[in-house]
Amino acid sequence: MPIFPLPLETLLGKPLMYVLFGVIGFAFGYVLEISGFGDSTKLAAQFYFKELTVLKVMFTAIVVAMVLIFAMVGLGLLDYNQVWVNPTYLWSGILGGLIMGVGFIVGGFCPGTSLVSAATFKIDGAFFVLGGLFGIFLFGETEWLYDYWWNTSGFFGRLTIMDWLNLPTGVVVTLIVFMALFMFWGSEQLERLVGKRDLKREPRSRYVAAGALIAGAFAVSLIGQSTIEQKWSRLEPVKAPALANREVQIHPGELLTTMDNNRLNLIMLDVRSESDYNLFHIRSAQNVPLSELATAVPKLLLEPSQNTVYVVMSNDEATATDAWKLLTASSLPNVYILEGGVNNWIGAFTTEETAIAPASGPVADDKLKFTFMAALGDRYPAADPSPEEWKLDFTPKIKLQVNRDKSGGGCG
Amino acid sequence: MTTLTHPTLKKPNFNLKALLFNRSEKPYVHPYLGGFLLGLVLFAAFFLTGNGLGASGGLNRIVVYIEDLIVPAHVDRVPYLIKLAGGDKDPLDDWIVPLVFGTLVGGFVSGWLNGRLHVKTNKGPNISTRARWGMAFLGGAIMGYGARLARGCTSGQALSGGAVLSVGSWAFMFAVFGGAYALAYFVRRLWN
Repeated sequence: MPIFPLPLETLLGKPLMYVLFGVIGFAFGYVLEISGFGDSTKLAAQFYFKELTVLKVMFTAIVVAMVLIFAMVGLGLLDYNQVWVNPTYLWSGILGGLIMGVGFIVGGFCPGTSLVSAATFKIDGAFFVLGGLFGIFLFGETEWLYDYWWNTSGFFGRLTIMDWLNLPTGVVVTLIVFMALFMFWGSEQLERLVGKRDLKREPRSRYVAAGALIAGAFAVSLIGQSTIEQKWSRLEPVKAPALANREVQIHPGELLTTMDNNRLNLIMLDVRSESDYNLFHIRSAQNVPLSELATAVPKLLLEPSQNTVYVVMSNDEATATDAWKLLTASSLPNVYILEGGVNNWIGAFTTEETAIAPASGPVADDKLKFTFMAALGDRYPAADPSPEEWKLDFTPKIKLQVNRDKSGGGCG
Repeated sequence: MTTLTHPTLKKPNFNLKALLFNRSEKPYVHPYLGGFLLGLVLFAAFFLTGNGLGASGGLNRIVVYIEDLIVPAHVDRVPYLIKLAGGDKDPLDDWIVPLVFGTLVGGFVSGWLNGRLHVKTNKGPNISTRARWGMAFLGGAIMGYGARLARGCTSGQALSGGAVLSVGSWAFMFAVFGGAYALAYFVRRLWN
């Protein structure tokens, strides 16, 4: 079971956690400064092909961090699903990026580097920071003009390059390392031609470093990434007892009170076939058949982790239990199973409903034990029982657990 | 009468200016070494906390904090601001804020240790200092607006999202370089 990233807030408490973030920020500022990023002329030189420091530092940092991150994920030390991956908002990202490019060449900084520049008493850096604060203020005041577009256009959620190209992680990591090395080579050629730099004076150790990067990328490919089955088998010793002791199977009555609790973000996943779902389903339960559940995980990972409760359900419990294993192995917190499934739910909340009749004869496990006059979906009283009317006795089992505070993320 | 001078009565020999500025200036590290170290910091951030690095997000929260001090009713009416500071929410209560303060301190300490604290304006040879200040403010405003539109700056999107292989972050990164290169020729007087 991966232990990183650490649950900092529970481990350290908030003040110490913020001290740790301050230390990380200190290292960030220090490294930006020693790389020369406090000097706007050095940054702008990038765009006249004289000195490509910006590109070299940025891409070196990206590939070094990438190789280390995916090596740790492959070794099972780091949980990729708990790492914040910036959600893709394609069009606002591209438009914002183009605007930032303009700001970069006009002003000579990006926000992080301007902080370092101002901290070393560069007046142009201080003016840039002030301008940046003003631009940020303007955005906050004008966002309502295109709120819908900003929040929906080109939204793909947590989309990784592996998902997009449908390639294994190791292959993507290796391709990006080679792309970066090619760009470094191109940058050096440009510096030689435009910036008249003598490449013979560059340290030869950079070839060794390039070799080490390639070796790292191959290592990531060799280690591979765990499949969901492997993740579950690692988790099984820890999580299986909860399943066996019925700590995660919640009574229909508890689900009903949870639905009524608007402090919780309840996500009900009906993992049956579409035809069963059309016959009858609990109102506001989403139909995600078990075979498609894995593809829904990236979307679920974006839900706020503090107050989200997932309840999976099938006709009885067998399919729902498989779904529970899959979601738990994908590091989703607070996943529960509807006890006895939809059959038990209907049994608990149907009184004299003529449209629903118990099936005659024996029914196989995890099949509907009722027959329906028509496929009415959630247009039955039992699909949306009133919490005032039904007061069922149950032992509460839902305990909220926070994996880690994922709010913010990146630049949120 | 003779003047008495006692060593303890002498003005203390403490000079803040000398302490800050009289250090020999050291050269910057090689870009690949700087990149490697930055990569280690970025990796450590993700490995320990699950979050990457960032800057504009922290500045955003500081701006909203000030707005909330001055016009709290306005903040509670704008949906985008509500998310950060609506009601009794404290916009500064977020990991990115201590990170930004750490960045400022880290930049300062490095500049001090390496003798690079100078009150000066870096600019191209063909532009006046005042024009450079104006351009820095203008560029900062454009950059700030674009960074919020893109949900992150070079640190929060390009570096952090790039390292964890987010498709949107890579598209964003190429857009930043594209925008800057497309305009670079037309503003060459600023820098050359």
